[in-house]
Amino acid sequence: MRISPTKFISLLFFVLSVFYLYSAYNIQVFAFDENAPFNARTFPIYLGWAGIVLSSLKIILPEKNTIIVNHKHLDYKSITYLVIISLIYAAVILKIGYFISTSLFLFASYYFLGERRWGLMFILSFPFVSAFMYLLHGLLNIYLRDPFLKYIGVMG
Amino acid sequence: MIEGILIGLSTALSFTNILMVMVGCFAGTIIGMLPGLGPMTAIALMIPITYGFDPSTGLILMAGVYYGAVFGGSTSSILLNAPGIPGTVATAFDGYPMAQQGKAGKALAIAAYSSFAGGTISAIFLLIAAPSLSKVSLAFRSPDYFALMILGLTAISAFSSKGQFLKAMMMVVLGLMLATVGQDSLSDITRFTFNNMNLTDGISFVLIVMATFAMSEALTIIFRGKDPNRAAKQISLTELGSIKVNKEETIKMAKTIPRSSILGFLIGVLPGAGATIASFLAYGMERNYVNEEEKQKFGKGSVHGLSAPETANNAACSGSFVPLLTLGIPGSGTTAVMLGALLGFGIQPGPRLYQTNPEIFWSVIMSMYIGMVVLLILNLPLIPYIARILAVPRNYLIPLILFFSVTGIYLMSFNNFDIFLMIGIAVVATFLRLYDFPMPPLILAFVLGGLMEETLRRSLLISDGSPNFLWDRPITLIILIITIVIIFWQIFSTFRKKT
Repeated sequence: MRISPTKFISLLFFVLSVFYLYSAYNIQVFAFDENAPFNARTFPIYLGWAGIVLSSLKIILPEKNTIIVNHKHLDYKSITYLVIISLIYAAVILKIGYFISTSLFLFASYYFLGERRWGLMFILSFPFVSAFMYLLHGLLNIYLRDPFLKYIGVMG
Repeated sequence: MIEGILIGLSTALSFTNILMVMVGCFAGTIIGMLPGLGPMTAIALMIPITYGFDPSTGLILMAGVYYGAVFGGSTSSILLNAPGIPGTVATAFDGYPMAQQGKAGKALAIAAYSSFAGGTISAIFLLIAAPSLSKVSLAFRSPDYFALMILGLTAISAFSSKGQFLKAMMMVVLGLMLATVGQDSLSDITRFTFNNMNLTDGISFVLIVMATFAMSEALTIIFRGKDPNRAAKQISLTELGSIKVNKEETIKMAKTIPRSSILGFLIGVLPGAGATIASFLAYGMERNYVNEEEKQKFGKGSVHGLSAPETANNAACSGSFVPLLTLGIPGSGTTAVMLGALLGFGIQPGPRLYQTNPEIFWSVIMSMYIGMVVLLILNLPLIPYIARILAVPRNYLIPLILFFSVTGIYLMSFNNFDIFLMIGIAVVATFLRLYDFPMPPLILAFVLGGLMEETLRRSLLISDGSPNFLWDRPITLIILIITIVIIFWQIFSTFRKKT
């Protein structure tokens, strides 16, 4: 038997709802709140049941329009690169600071998306981020945490 | 009232205050355009600046920023499908497809005219009906709000799901589930945090909207090998001509604007409802009003579909000032920030504001007209330049969208957990989009989740745990009957399509 992707997603949602409902029943409430008409568990319990009912209906009822996605036309390679670069960016942003991490993220993203105009890539990364930081931090007075620039004395 | 209007005009038309409206509208438009930086951020940034001014000037500046940011948010919705605020999510439904068809300039012009008309009409309503309308919103109780939110979520599921009602309702439940993460507002009990301190304050709205719209849109473009640059090339070639709105489109707008203004204003008056519900309901209502041929164009670049939410969200912005100024209850998150600023000035908004500070009450209302004119004059000539954002090639546009998304989140918390979470949600949203699971119901549910739980809590406590509150009050009952009609209509239309 072949299960359609929509039904598979609905099945995952069903599992999520069951887990959510289980977690909802395990929310610790104050002793005096235990039998109250409404406590911290009530709304999540309703939601858990709603999720179970809706996903069950989606799984059980016949599918009217099956959505066909041609996976051969999907660019898994580029999206994987972008997600990995984004994850590395998120991991290092606090350690090496906003300016360097963002500039390197932009430069790497341009490269992996197939751009090879090095001059433009450079302008739209390091100077662009500098200008953006000046706009936020210098002109709009929005605090931008950057330990590295603070260390070398560029930012106050 | 005439005396009040004159007081308001004399205050609002002072050189300083006109300058503040202009600066506010311009700054708001620029900030609102950047995905992740919505009017709340923009107004919050203005609070320290306004302490240097007198209260009416400060409030006028913030009101200008509010309108500007709402328009700026519409711009990023139309051009990038990246709404900075929930009130402009519905704008993207037809604005973005229109931009992709090479009509970005026209879409922005329709948005500007609709915003102007919606804002102006609702400012007139505000002027005439502020005192009596506050009584209407006072008549609403928790069960009515709860029913109204159920109606809003059902309506958005019905109207944005492209015939996939169950999928949309699943997204609603997912949005509500995400909204329950973090501390319970009343008891402070943490829920679904799994001992992770980063989740104690819950998941931020900006994170969810960035992940499910901006970031996932960027990833989808790469994933499907789409090229948004195609539309951009057309815009750059025909940028001046594309701003013009033809006679047929003007007639369509003229039909849409009055009803969306009234709806937007009335929804805006209800505390907590605001621009988001107004824009979604206006979109849904408009879809019901138009003929079958026009209905087919919804979601593909319909003039009605773009004009309705734009009119309604601006009308709701004006409407949200009614509970703020007359009751001291903010009508939206943005007016809540304004309430904080007013309290900082030592002013307590409420029924006595008329008597104690009439110049504040009336000058804010008068500045709304000026703000709308400024927005139109400021934004229309800038449309060809704003539209050029789309001319950025895909290889640059995608990393820049990701950059703005990450920066928006980083600015809020300086915490890389939020960035990881955003990437995770964006990847999931990208796959869900592939199989036509709509994101707008998730967003609206997430925004309303906290308020919905609060109103349900109050309703159940008042009725001692009994579900009687659902039919005890006529307003609640009527709203729920409308909701049931929508659900049955969905079932019926599915059955009709099958047969």
